[in-house]
Amino acid sequence: MADHHPTGIKRWLFTTNHKDIGSMYLWFSFIMFFIGGAMAMVIRAELYQPGLQFVEPNFFNQMTTMHGLIMVFGAVMPSMVGLANWLIPMQIGAPDMALPRMNNWSFWILPFAFTLLLSSLFMEGGAPNFGWTFYAPLSTTYGPPSTDFFILGVHMMGISSIMGAINVIVTVFNMRAPGMTLMKMPLFVWTWVITAFLLIMVMPVLAGAVTMMLTDRHFGTSFFDAAGGGDPVMFQHIFWFFGHPEVYIMILPAFGVASEIIPAFARKKLFGYASMVYATASIALLSFIVWAHHMFTVGMPLAGELFFMIATMLIAVPTGVKVFNWVATMWKGSMTFETPMLFAIAFVILFTIGGFSGVMLAMAPVDFQYHDTYFVVAHFHYVLFPGAIFGTTAAVYYWLPKWTGKMYNEKMGKIHFWWSMIAVNLTFFPMHFSGLAGMPRRIPDYNMMFADFNQLASIGAFALGLSQLFFLFIVIKTIRSGKKSEDKPWDGATGLEWDKLPCPAPYHTFDTPPKVD
Amino acid sequence: MSEQVTNDNNKKLVLRLLGVVGGMFLFGFALVPLYDVFCEVTGINGKTRGKAIYQQSMVNTEREVSITFIANISNGMPWEFKPLTRTMKVHPGELNEVRFYAKNPSRKDIIGQSVPSVSPGEAALYLNKTECFCFDQQTLLAGQEVEMPMKFYIDSEIPENINHLTLSYQLFNVTDAVEAAAGAAK
Repeated sequence: MADHHPTGIKRWLFTTNHKDIGSMYLWFSFIMFFIGGAMAMVIRAELYQPGLQFVEPNFFNQMTTMHGLIMVFGAVMPSMVGLANWLIPMQIGAPDMALPRMNNWSFWILPFAFTLLLSSLFMEGGAPNFGWTFYAPLSTTYGPPSTDFFILGVHMMGISSIMGAINVIVTVFNMRAPGMTLMKMPLFVWTWVITAFLLIMVMPVLAGAVTMMLTDRHFGTSFFDAAGGGDPVMFQHIFWFFGHPEVYIMILPAFGVASEIIPAFARKKLFGYASMVYATASIALLSFIVWAHHMFTVGMPLAGELFFMIATMLIAVPTGVKVFNWVATMWKGSMTFETPMLFAIAFVILFTIGGFSGVMLAMAPVDFQYHDTYFVVAHFHYVLFPGAIFGTTAAVYYWLPKWTGKMYNEKMGKIHFWWSMIAVNLTFFPMHFSGLAGMPRRIPDYNMMFADFNQLASIGAFALGLSQLFFLFIVIKTIRSGKKSEDKPWDGATGLEWDKLPCPAPYHTFDTPPKVD
Repeated sequence: MSEQVTNDNNKKLVLRLLGVVGGMFLFGFALVPLYDVFCEVTGINGKTRGKAIYQQSMVNTEREVSITFIANISNGMPWEFKPLTRTMKVHPGELNEVRFYAKNPSRKDIIGQSVPSVSPGEAALYLNKTECFCFDQQTLLAGQEVEMPMKFYIDSEIPENINHLTLSYQLFNVTDAVEAAAGAAK
């Protein structure tokens, strides 16, 4: 089949091609990443020194809320779906996703969902200002009028994620090339299938939570209203029943990316493939029984605290298996340190730091000190930025030749890496200290004693923001004027997309399934 | 595999997965009653039960448990609201009565609903109320004041380690909600 497709805007509006849709997802998430990043810059500028400098406290709260929502639902999740669209069909030898039209729809919902959400910034009463976790009653009784736009936006992005997840599961279960058994699938595919199952299990619960908010706000129900017999703490239980699996939704595909890249540049097979699969599955299963560790301070009985503390600490076991497997893969390998590998190694190290602070937070007795402080902010930014986002960045560098047929500039890639690596630590490491010293999160002003740590973090954040603009520059430069890539730019790379396809991958691939032995 | 077979397989799997999605959406709502049942059975969350019937055969005069009463009003509620007894010592099994004072100093008639909460949470299982203003809504006319009785006893089975408990009432203004519901019913 020739590379026949409509041109211009129609190509993108009507496309059912997994590569086109993957690219749109990736660009969409990149745009959202900069919008959310700009909000982070506002936050860090305000926190550069104590006192109120630039913004009103209410606008500051809108910034923290929107930054979280945009980054979680607009940047990280769509970027992972973009990678899935591009890679899963090629990695399992399928011609396309199983449900191409639904694929188109699930992407095109997103721009509308986020236009709705972002438009609330310009409304009377301002954007949602209750934090990305939208705890009741802040979001019900006290939410601004724009909360309804937020609710509709969450519904739409939820539908989009669910459709994307169904597509991944159907593709992987029904479209694998002959001979591609489940335990031969690349780990990226495995982590995505497990992520997809998490998505279809918990996104509907989130939809239920925002629906209850909507009826509480407008239709006289009292799910979360104590006056009518409801309970605001129940909101937190329902939210975190979604929210904890959600954090694994954001990180598991990045685990898959690291498990592809590290073996390629260590020139060794991945150590413990089967244990990686089982570890990922157990992380996913455990994620359903740990949600209340986000709420240790709501007044749970001792038995509840103990259960959620121990269950949470259990997660460190399969996660440890994964980290040790990555290290063992590198052990005595013939390693080279191209940009994707640098990002993958930084991912392993920095994600582990985030994991350790997670274990600290999992301990109920000490969590009473850390709860709602900057220590929590440091923890989840360590697992999200150098975790999920470095994972995606590594994937972009690794597969960019496959997608575009062009090679990025290695020197610029290395500059981008070291620049991000220093900036990300400068931004988020001091937050551990200000948090342990008691600085609360989500405040525009703070005690003088935290001034130095905040100044460091703000300087780091500005550098980090610039480094991502540099990343955008590198990507555009590669697409426009990059050197032509060889068909196999990484000699250690394995998998159908490298072994059987040229660079760039043709518009239609694997119309006849490849042979897998 | 022919294209037709693949399509059928896809359809089957999609329907199953949509079933999971629908089921989980309903499960989200099912969490609401599940949560209440769970809290009632285990007594966590400090939610007291409904009306109890006094049926203690034996009063444990050896033990004394102290109980503190707290009254708070929420935003948008102009009433004065306070317990007339701050703290008292009671024997498990004995029936006691305390009174709460409420006054509506505003110029409007207002309907109030108080919501109880017990701390520590597990003590909620052992605090039984035979009569409480929190079982119903109260309507106070403009300027009206009342003393509201509350009768309770502490179950003699209360664990040894609970020697002090706090019963807190949060008073909400539900006038608008009640009128809206009445309007809807018309």
